[in-house]
Amino acid sequence: MTDRSANSGGDDTVPKIRIRGLHKSFGDKVVLDGLDLDIGARQSVVVIGGSGSGKSVLLKCILGLLTPEAGSIQVDGEEVVRMNSRELERVRRKFGMLFQNAALFDSLPVWENVAFGLIQGERMERGAAKKIAIEKLAAVGLGPEVGELSPAELSGGMRKRVGLARAIATEPEIIFFDEPTTGLDPIMGDVINDLIVKCVRQLGATALSITHDMASVRKIADRVSLLYDGKIIWHGPVGEIDSSGNPYVDQFIHGRAEGPIEMQVRAI
Amino acid sequence: MPILQPLGRTFLLFLEATGRIVLFTTTALSHCVRPPIYPRLIGRQMIEIGYYSLPVVGLTAIFTGMVLALQSYTGFARFSAESAIPNVVVVSITRELGPVLAGLMVAGRVGAAMAAEIGTMRVTEQIDALDTLATNPFKYLVAPRLIAGLTMLPILVLIADIIGVFGGYVVSGYKLGFNPATYLKNTLDFVEPQDVISGLVKAGVFGFLVTLMGCYHGYNSRGGAQGVGAATTNAVVSASILILCFNYFITEMFFAR
Repeated sequence: MTDRSANSGGDDTVPKIRIRGLHKSFGDKVVLDGLDLDIGARQSVVVIGGSGSGKSVLLKCILGLLTPEAGSIQVDGEEVVRMNSRELERVRRKFGMLFQNAALFDSLPVWENVAFGLIQGERMERGAAKKIAIEKLAAVGLGPEVGELSPAELSGGMRKRVGLARAIATEPEIIFFDEPTTGLDPIMGDVINDLIVKCVRQLGATALSITHDMASVRKIADRVSLLYDGKIIWHGPVGEIDSSGNPYVDQFIHGRAEGPIEMQVRAI
Repeated sequence: MPILQPLGRTFLLFLEATGRIVLFTTTALSHCVRPPIYPRLIGRQMIEIGYYSLPVVGLTAIFTGMVLALQSYTGFARFSAESAIPNVVVVSITRELGPVLAGLMVAGRVGAAMAAEIGTMRVTEQIDALDTLATNPFKYLVAPRLIAGLTMLPILVLIADIIGVFGGYVVSGYKLGFNPATYLKNTLDFVEPQDVISGLVKAGVFGFLVTLMGCYHGYNSRGGAQGVGAATTNAVVSASILILCFNYFITEMFFAR
């Protein structure tokens, strides 16, 4: 994705999301250990890292689904850590989120899933919300007949598209993507990547994605951050990822078992 | 010492679980009374709990009333006290058997389904999705169920009372040789408002407990299908035990002299 940020090269203006010194542990296991990250307005940042490196935990901390033990997360300069639930709800109205398995509500038809944020969050009248939902489904390449189906009737690729339509339905300022291409064939993965690029660009939104799919990284990222050992150990433009000179980045993007990144493999 | 250690740990775990349930309950209750309220969701849950539980509760009530009349007859005939059967049937049904059996049946049917549904939503990130869509899961998932449980179980029990008494009436009138009109007159003369009201109060409390346990265990389920299965079992078992415990305390509150 072409870098659309005015401040993509530096930290001279207030970032859309600013994270400082983030710590999160589960029992003795330290997952995030003083993580710092800035995401500029209208940037698309992708955080890469191995399985179990804490990418999802980072995302859940920003969304307020997990509370970190220490550190600061600011959205538009506003501290969100330990915000009360009502204030958090207000900040979350800026967010859209595509979950790894789409997390569609089984009890609702597809169109109501897409319109959920409009009906419940923004108190929009159901008829008007349905019209917007059909438009958003069309934006991700799905016809209006899909809107009447149940989520259980959809294929994996269609579920991702519906999840994307739901994420963009309220036209959020910030969109989060959790492993957007996991579980999809390469062609469908590329279709989803294209849709993400198109939707984020049309909305002029800020995007934060986590993935370990390098094809997806190259397609949707303006900037890339590598998360290892609870910290961001490399951050730079996607164009520099192949020439970073960082052995951790090199090992990760080439998928080598040998290198400085030690995967935790249980002894047999 | 090796015996005391696990005992102490179990006691601390019990206190922790109690604290969690109390916190969950206060949060849920606060969302029941604060806007926005979701009438559509409350209505849907009322149909689920009230309407769809009616066959199972009705069948339980009619057979209980029939068995009660038969058993009372075989027992009371020894003392030539058969005329007390209408009184025994109506008091047993309205005070105890109606609310307790309806509560247990609804715990099995509705409590389990709630725990399974909310538990599945938890492990498939649907509850996280609610949060990210600026919708409080307590308000959207828990509060409508609690309100529906609290209001629908008394209605179910009122219907169960009528069906249960009818069961006793059928057996007494057509099998035991009672005069149907006399049976009904004795029933209506003997039953007092307090008998019915205590049963309805119990039903409201049981409805709240069943839905609370279903929501609590579902909301806190972890670890995939196994976690959802455990949540479902825990919801039914804990609701059933709480129904029997609270039944005693409410009975003491109404009838202890």
